[in-house]
Amino acid sequence: MTGPMIEHPGTIAPQAAPAVLSLTGAELRRGERVLWSGLDLELRGGEFIAVLGPNGAGKTSLLHAVLGQVPLAAGTLLIGGRPPRRGGDLIGYIPQQRAVAPHTPLRARDLVRLGVDGHRWGLPLGGRGLRRRIDELLTEVGAHAYADMPLGLLSGGEQQRVRIAQALATDPALLLCDEPLLSLDPHHQHAIVDLLDRRRRARGTAVLFVTHELNPVLPLVDRVLYLAGGRFRVGTPDEVMTSSVLSGLYGGQVEVVRAHGRYLIAGAPVPHHPDPTEGVPT
Amino acid sequence: MSTGIWHQIFNYDDYGQLLALVANSIVAAAVLGVVGGLISTFVMMRDLAFAVHGIAELSFAGAAAALLLGVNVVAGSLAGSVLAAAVIGALGVRVRDRNSAIGVLMPFGLGLGVLFLSLYKGRAANKFGLLTGQIVAVDTPQTAWLIGVSVVVLLALAVVWRPLTFASLDPDVAAARGVPVRALSPVFTLVLGLAVATTIQIVGALLVLALVVTPAAAATRVTASPRLIPLLSVLFAVTSVVGGILIALGGSVPISPYVTTIAFVIYLACRAAGAVRTRSGWARRPPAAVAD
Repeated sequence: MTGPMIEHPGTIAPQAAPAVLSLTGAELRRGERVLWSGLDLELRGGEFIAVLGPNGAGKTSLLHAVLGQVPLAAGTLLIGGRPPRRGGDLIGYIPQQRAVAPHTPLRARDLVRLGVDGHRWGLPLGGRGLRRRIDELLTEVGAHAYADMPLGLLSGGEQQRVRIAQALATDPALLLCDEPLLSLDPHHQHAIVDLLDRRRRARGTAVLFVTHELNPVLPLVDRVLYLAGGRFRVGTPDEVMTSSVLSGLYGGQVEVVRAHGRYLIAGAPVPHHPDPTEGVPT
Repeated sequence: MSTGIWHQIFNYDDYGQLLALVANSIVAAAVLGVVGGLISTFVMMRDLAFAVHGIAELSFAGAAAALLLGVNVVAGSLAGSVLAAAVIGALGVRVRDRNSAIGVLMPFGLGLGVLFLSLYKGRAANKFGLLTGQIVAVDTPQTAWLIGVSVVVLLALAVVWRPLTFASLDPDVAAARGVPVRALSPVFTLVLGLAVATTIQIVGALLVLALVVTPAAAATRVTASPRLIPLLSVLFAVTSVVGGILIALGGSVPISPYVTTIAFVIYLACRAAGAVRTRSGWARRPPAAVAD
């Protein structure tokens, strides 16, 4: 949607809109192993769901299923009321920030462009309209100042801004975020979270946010989907982030402490972080 | 003595007549320059320099076999290339697997080539030419082959350009956007195989990298624009190969040292220019627009 938003207050109540994402009795397997099963989840416009859990619990696999890259073993998955298909315009995808090789032939605007028409066959022709669209997208995330910089010369936070612009290229109804804050410092984490929040409030974009750390996104989180040990729990942070719920999920004693608006977890039997140099898990 | 060597390398008597004799080769070289320049941008994006080398050795073996059997050398080198591309595509999807597969394949191909050449009883110049490049060997039917295969390569690149760029530089998001990332990999390796097989005819198996890697390696030093890189890369490749031939006409040594030297000098110049550009902050950022 590139035109101006016309608002009709009251005509569409949020609850009446069709679910952006709906999972019913969903089961996902990797080989013989059941990652999770019996998952019911509805994501409505503007809703922000954090997906938490240890490595291997099937968080990223959930994203792959939503992207239509992995089929469910059982149950149904609908996006905007339809089965997932690869490359649909309804979904924007924001991956982890990764080191970009210094001489990668991409500027910020080129990465965004890939999101606009990179999936189409043929040569990258394109005119003034395309350029204006890319400028709009970069401006929306505050990345216009470095539109012509090579990606490899941008900081991690700057790269993630550009990634958001890329993900918004199709004006998606659902944003899938796979650990987009990983390896960013708190200042940039905050800036990225703020961008996502503004977007979902302004345009009603639903956000499915896979993360190791709940705390940086806690102010935005409507609900948490916690996956662990083949089990899961969906609910508000206060409902899910309790000692008894997490102990049940992990099948062992887990202590959850809420202090100063943050959750601190101790004693999760399966380590959240395989890398001990990363901080204390949420 | 020293003037004798110099005379072998540079000698411009009868230049006009020579030029007329090699008109075919110059046309073929210009076309290969375009192919090399364009394909090298993807070789850089996909980090396939080593694969180029591996494909070239098998292509050499194919050409040597064709020479021995007395069939079309270009066809032989195409067969070798395509086989190598298929094996590399099948053996290794991940970079590490791929590189070790190539490392295993390469000496085997070279060994086969040496075997075929040692069995070959024909002109010695033909043998040497396959490894280090030749110019006289490009006759009219061969030129037609080279241009035909080059057109196939260029058309294929034109079709897959955008999704291949996406898949090469940003595979996760490309897959999320529905780009057939995995299927594009063998497709590109095959196209690369064709390009390498044709390039070998001019610069030889050992020096293919000068036309299929160096041009884009140089271009990515001075710009990150996806539009400028292929243009510069083609310019560099055509300059290297056509320039190499024009200079080589005046000497009795093969053209490859001229081609590789021009390519290398261009690369050094681009590195220097890129270092200057990086030091000065690459592109100017508007000072007022700090967004945080």
